[in-house]
Amino acid sequence: MSKQITFTIDGETCKAEEGTYILDAARKNNKYIPTLCNLEGIPPKGACRMCTVKINGKLVTSCTTRVTDGMQIESEDPGLDDLRKSILEMLFVEGNHLCPSCEKSGSCELQALAYRYRMTVPRYPFFFPRRNIDSTHPKIIKDHNRCILCKRCIRAIKDQNGKSIFAFLNRGHHTKIYVDPDLADKLTDELADRAVEICPVGAIMKRGDGFKDPIGERKYDKQPIGSELEQQL
Amino acid sequence: MEKPVIATTSLAGCFGCHMSLLDIDERILELIELVDFNKSPINDIKTFTRECDIGLIEGGCCLDENVHVLEDFRKHCRILVSVGECAIMGGLPAMRNGIPIRECLEEAYLNGPTVRYTNNEKIMPNDEELPIMLDRVYPCHEVVKIDYFLPGCPPRADLIWNALTALINNREMDLPYEVFKFD
Repeated sequence: MSKQITFTIDGETCKAEEGTYILDAARKNNKYIPTLCNLEGIPPKGACRMCTVKINGKLVTSCTTRVTDGMQIESEDPGLDDLRKSILEMLFVEGNHLCPSCEKSGSCELQALAYRYRMTVPRYPFFFPRRNIDSTHPKIIKDHNRCILCKRCIRAIKDQNGKSIFAFLNRGHHTKIYVDPDLADKLTDELADRAVEICPVGAIMKRGDGFKDPIGERKYDKQPIGSELEQQL
Repeated sequence: MEKPVIATTSLAGCFGCHMSLLDIDERILELIELVDFNKSPINDIKTFTRECDIGLIEGGCCLDENVHVLEDFRKHCRILVSVGECAIMGGLPAMRNGIPIRECLEEAYLNGPTVRYTNNEKIMPNDEELPIMLDRVYPCHEVVKIDYFLPGCPPRADLIWNALTALINNREMDLPYEVFKFD
């Protein structure tokens, strides 16, 4: 068993195994750090920057930084909250996030974080990019308007040989997720369900599914995202 | 003390936000004790007859007429509130943003499946009485200064009530989690 180390998050003493990433260590100590791209059990990416924390006055992404003995981590302060909120606002203006018509609404992590931070309106002007909906795959529908390029699907959905079924197409502002045509038929029903489940927004939807949970009974209707962790305290 | 005066309007909206305002149920009796209404579709007053304290805006701007009404509201209301997703970010009408307006009109009047074989004269409405469509749908705060935003499609009646009573009583809005929604 590896060495146990002690560190603090917002002044509270926490314990973790040496070499753990800060975000995972925080989870184990029932401390919620917001994230959109991180998935438990999948190598971290540091794509969304939502999990940014402050260590020694320096901003780092907690999903890709390992915790060390005696580390003092600041996660909840007004400056950091505003920084995270501004990331959310950038994501909202960069795509076309029409919550009223989205099947994922109520169970969407992007939306849930906006609720948590009480985002009423983004401080940035809306881009309104022209993006399409791709329904060529027999099992899933991809709505590029909603994708935040977190790479969760690319990192987590693999065929039996460990090859990613999803991939990025194009570069920069034109980047979008696509299904590798050579591996398209490797996307089983189970993998498709998993892809829909891990997508933090409604960019990957199952064909023929949608609006299954009634309003009021969806994942984030009553409790803010992260509260399931915080309530265990 | 004189009662605060409220004005409301629906720009590029569906009147769902106004319905949600009525959805405060019996509290509407309390509301009419608390405030007076001026220009609003609820009482059918068409033009401002006095200066108002609170203006509630539903819908974004998709026509030149919407811009005129919104500017008129800014001129006559001390506080302007964007009510609902359309006022805040354009909402569903903003689905046309990013698509050139000619393409939108041609789809709607010439090429769409319901008009392709019926609009034989290829008529596109162009009467001078009609308001002119803008190049895209604009959120209200991109046209005039907006003071508060109430998200939701529609904003829950309890959120509207909470915000209105806060404004009337000069206290901070709480935006309770259960009624703070984008859908």
